[in-house]
Amino acid sequence: MNMKSLRFIIPLGVFALLVFFLWRGLRLDPHEVPSPLIGKPAPSFALTRLDDANATLRRDDMLGKVWLLNVWASWCGACREEHPLLVEFSKTKAVPIIGLNYKDQRSDGLGWLNRFGNPYDASIFDQNGRVGIDFGVYGVPETFVIDKQGIIRMKHIGPLTPDVIDKRLMPMLRKLNA
Amino acid sequence: MIPEIGQIALLLALAVALIQGTLPILGAARGRSDWMSIARPAAQTHFLLVAIAFVCLASSFVRNDFSVLYVATNSNSALPLQYRIAGVWGGHEGSLLLWLMMLCGWMLAVSQFSRHLPQPMTARILGVMGLIGAGFLLFMLMTSNPFERLFPVPADGNDLNPLLQDPGMVVHPPMLYMGYVGFSVAFSYAVAALLGGNLDATWARWTRPWTTAAWTFLTIGIMLGSMWAYYVLGWGGWWFWDPVENASFMPWLAGTALIHSLAVTEKRGAFKSWTVLLAIIAFSLSLLGTFLVRSGVLSSVHAFATDPRRGLFILAFLAVVIGGSLALYAWRAPKIGLGSRFELVSRETMLLANNVLFVVAMLSVLLGTLYPLLLDALGMGKISVGPPYFDTVFVPLMVPVVFLMGVGPLARWKKAELPDLAKRLKWAVVAAVIAALTTGWLAGRITAGATLGFLMSFWVVAAVATDVWERVQPAGGVRAGWVGRLALMPRAMVGMLIAHLGVAAFAFGVSMVNTYELERDVKMAVGDTTEVSGYTFLFRDLKNVQGPNYEAMQGLMEVTRNGKPVVVLHPEKRVYRVQKNPMTEAAIDPGFTRDLYVSLGEPVDGGAWIVRVYVKPFVDWIWGGCLLMALGGALAASDRRYRVKQKQGSPATVASGAQA
Repeated sequence: MNMKSLRFIIPLGVFALLVFFLWRGLRLDPHEVPSPLIGKPAPSFALTRLDDANATLRRDDMLGKVWLLNVWASWCGACREEHPLLVEFSKTKAVPIIGLNYKDQRSDGLGWLNRFGNPYDASIFDQNGRVGIDFGVYGVPETFVIDKQGIIRMKHIGPLTPDVIDKRLMPMLRKLNA
Repeated sequence: MIPEIGQIALLLALAVALIQGTLPILGAARGRSDWMSIARPAAQTHFLLVAIAFVCLASSFVRNDFSVLYVATNSNSALPLQYRIAGVWGGHEGSLLLWLMMLCGWMLAVSQFSRHLPQPMTARILGVMGLIGAGFLLFMLMTSNPFERLFPVPADGNDLNPLLQDPGMVVHPPMLYMGYVGFSVAFSYAVAALLGGNLDATWARWTRPWTTAAWTFLTIGIMLGSMWAYYVLGWGGWWFWDPVENASFMPWLAGTALIHSLAVTEKRGAFKSWTVLLAIIAFSLSLLGTFLVRSGVLSSVHAFATDPRRGLFILAFLAVVIGGSLALYAWRAPKIGLGSRFELVSRETMLLANNVLFVVAMLSVLLGTLYPLLLDALGMGKISVGPPYFDTVFVPLMVPVVFLMGVGPLARWKKAELPDLAKRLKWAVVAAVIAALTTGWLAGRITAGATLGFLMSFWVVAAVATDVWERVQPAGGVRAGWVGRLALMPRAMVGMLIAHLGVAAFAFGVSMVNTYELERDVKMAVGDTTEVSGYTFLFRDLKNVQGPNYEAMQGLMEVTRNGKPVVVLHPEKRVYRVQKNPMTEAAIDPGFTRDLYVSLGEPVDGGAWIVRVYVKPFVDWIWGGCLLMALGGALAASDRRYRVKQKQGSPATVASGAQA
């Protein structure tokens, strides 16, 4: 086989590589695999608030409370889908919700909250995504439950649904607050 | 009883599909005419059986038969009839059945319109399509049976996802799938030609109308999806680079490249192996799209319930179909040959550049869609890619595409002269620049982005006008009878020009919306007014309304301009009873030059609401442009010469179109 016919194999080679990755991807079920961070202390962070570049929020400020960290971005379609539910949920005052505004622009993020409502007690601004990476953020949105000692207890990837809130989130909160 | 009939029909269809996929192909290899002759009746039976299954499922929906698991999951007795029917493709299992139904539809069409083809060719084409059908039937029967029963029978169903309860959703998936699956025809022709070793201009001529037709459906499908996102998701955007949107956009990009490449192969006999590869790629991307959406590998707005077995099956199917055809390609394509030569400056070169740009654009979308997954699979961390990536990569690729769109159709085949082209197009350049700047000036603000967009838009219009002008000019310089000449233009030519004008309209709409859109979020109580872009919005009333399966707060917004009433809008905030999802139903007054868009945000203290008001200039031109592209595609696919050639029925006479 000469060089000229070899190039016709390239598409097949590229495809084989793609299949390999997709196969690996299948085994990484984004909804099921528990985060390695569960049961471990939440990564520490100190970020400015989205609405106030001079105010800083640290992980340790939240010690002593069970709280929710919700990762979101104004460019994220799934967040838009999740948002009305989160706004409704925040009205129940079941738990403080901190937003992690991930890889976003300050004005975009603020505009988004103005537009669709703000379910967050505070949002912190993670422009370059460093804190998101520490938390092992796979995609946006993601939601973490963090307990009074600052330990991550639950992680949900993808938009929250009424089902997830009723069946997983609320029981977990009741247990942690008990 | 009816679901069981559907179930049996699917099982029988699988048996027929397996026969259809083996005997005719073997017959073609061995020259057994009796084996090959099975292809056509088998395809027709295959279609009939799948149609029976489809009707059975639809009837279970219409009759509210909640003993069928799939119906119970995706419907509800309070769901209006049209959404019960759309519910057939509202979930995973039914979507697959719809996919298969479409495949069988195309297959039936091929079996009807292939009588002019040599028997081995027909046998191979229908055989390949039969195998694809068999793969999907196996998938359904093994992992995703839509007819599975549910005991005990629930009193009522879980209702259709509220996001899908929209007229656009009734039509969007069928159109999209018609396009996706339509590329299977080009794919099957390509594989059949590779198997038979007869890749020539005839092959390209057979493939062209089918490909253009599929592309037309896909264009409409994507357009409907975008419109749906615009008015259902309630935030005024029209494209989000969501993985599932990308999954439909990649086959479109490959299909667009294929259409142009086929033109060269048919007219000049060049790019043959490249065209075959594109035909394989276009359908492969359709399958990949199905995999991405159905396997749950990527989570997104559209993600459906996931089941690891399903993902594995589709992946295996993908590996067999795409891997097999690419292996066949690697084996057979080196013998195809290069076709006729052409100069550096020629229409061929420009179409080649078009192809390269479209394929690069497709690959960059593919990369952006899969990159997070690839990194994760390698254990290199988790990232997400959003519109920032796509906008940065995509726009620079489309600028040269649009430039070539103006020049290409005016360039001669084989050899063109740059000075000549420059001379013919100089007025188009001048007109485009003036028009772009004037538009910006009229709109009130000249920005770089918008000017570039307008420039692209007007450049295409001016180049198309130049093209038409040259074509209606008789050689002698007398302009008598130009109307007649216009009418004589072949339909395929008119189709191409209209589709290109569609791109211009699209670019114009996008530039207008991106730059000159006005939005305002205001806190409004009943009786308040706000003004945007000369329109006065009066929040007249707010009341509770009851829908068939939801409750809603409905606002009444009176819009006036200079004291004259324009329209009354009714934005809603709905809560669907069964799934409890809150939904924002925006109210839109569409117009030729602007949309007025009002949506209810959240209630705030004191009975006031956050209300979002948009004035979106020329936003409908985005979809209007898509419609023009689709219209162009429809015209081109129905060009007379395809039908004439089919009647003559002697492919040998059309072996070369070198003079064209």
